[in-house]
Amino acid sequence: MKTFKRYLPFLITAAAFAVFYVIFREQGKKALDITAYSLKEMLLVIPPIFLLLGLLDVWVPRQTMVKFMGEGSGLKGIVLAFLLGSAAAGPLYGAFPVASVFMKKGVKFSNIMIFIGAWSTTKIPMLLFEITSLGAKFALTRLLIDIPGIIMIAFALTGLISRQEKERIFANAMDSVPVAKEKNDRQP
Amino acid sequence: MDIATIILYSVAGLLLILSVIKDKKKTVAALKKAWKAFENILPQFLTIILLVGVLLAIFDKDAISRIIGKESGFLGVFLASVVGAITLIPGFIAFPTAALLLQNGAGYSQIAAFISSLMMVGVVTMPVEIRYFGKKVTLLRNLFAYAFSFLVAFIIGWIV
Repeated sequence: MKTFKRYLPFLITAAAFAVFYVIFREQGKKALDITAYSLKEMLLVIPPIFLLLGLLDVWVPRQTMVKFMGEGSGLKGIVLAFLLGSAAAGPLYGAFPVASVFMKKGVKFSNIMIFIGAWSTTKIPMLLFEITSLGAKFALTRLLIDIPGIIMIAFALTGLISRQEKERIFANAMDSVPVAKEKNDRQP
Repeated sequence: MDIATIILYSVAGLLLILSVIKDKKKTVAALKKAWKAFENILPQFLTIILLVGVLLAIFDKDAISRIIGKESGFLGVFLASVVGAITLIPGFIAFPTAALLLQNGAGYSQIAAFISSLMMVGVVTMPVEIRYFGKKVTLLRNLFAYAFSFLVAFIIGWIV
């Protein structure tokens, strides 16, 4: 029953999709092709991301993450958040579960927002592709605007969100992913 | 498979092997966590994939060209940003499409607005984002990112 409830929005969407498919034959076929393609993309790219997320959760102690990306991590934390986000592959929705584990590990809110921003738009493989399709001037100008832009958005969000709201979001992250055992939190 | 995916698999595979060598129990725990985190969000992922299919069938290359192709000025930038915000197109389709639009007479500003909002704003993925970050953060982040895409469009139009 619980599983059914969780999948209910999906089932409703699937039913609507079927109706769309029947009514608009041509677009429906196209939609099905694109959906099949996206599903393939998801099944291809998502597994290693979640595998890394699981390994990170189990192996990297909270203290290490706090030291590198938590409160007081300063510029180091910002740079790391950028690098981790930019090294990513896959669609933006893959970034959210990873961010959730980061929250659990005590990564600072602003760094999480930088990570999300970097994942969304400064991914290195995408940048290379952008250079070949739209030219270096376009791609690099965009990158140079995006870096301060992402930082500004991250800080603006951090400033606008109240402490309670942040605590609620972090607590939610604790719930959604099983919390690592206490012994992981001690340094070896 | 593109190079980024290959690297991703190599890194994940290598770390998994290291993990198994170091501690089998912990590795099993990691795999369980990975699966749980995935299954947790799977219904939303599947919903997004269906919505993206329909959206892209409606906003196909021709429709996008019609909307932002020959249009110029602020209206073109605005429409480009709206199309970018609601659709979710993988980069390796979006960039060649954008290149084609440029060849067909679209301006750099429009293309910048389209690419920028496409990558940073995700209307379709908002339900997933809300689950992890709550309504307020999600709405504000997307709003800021949307506004930011205009700034990107303006600067790109001015420089490139």
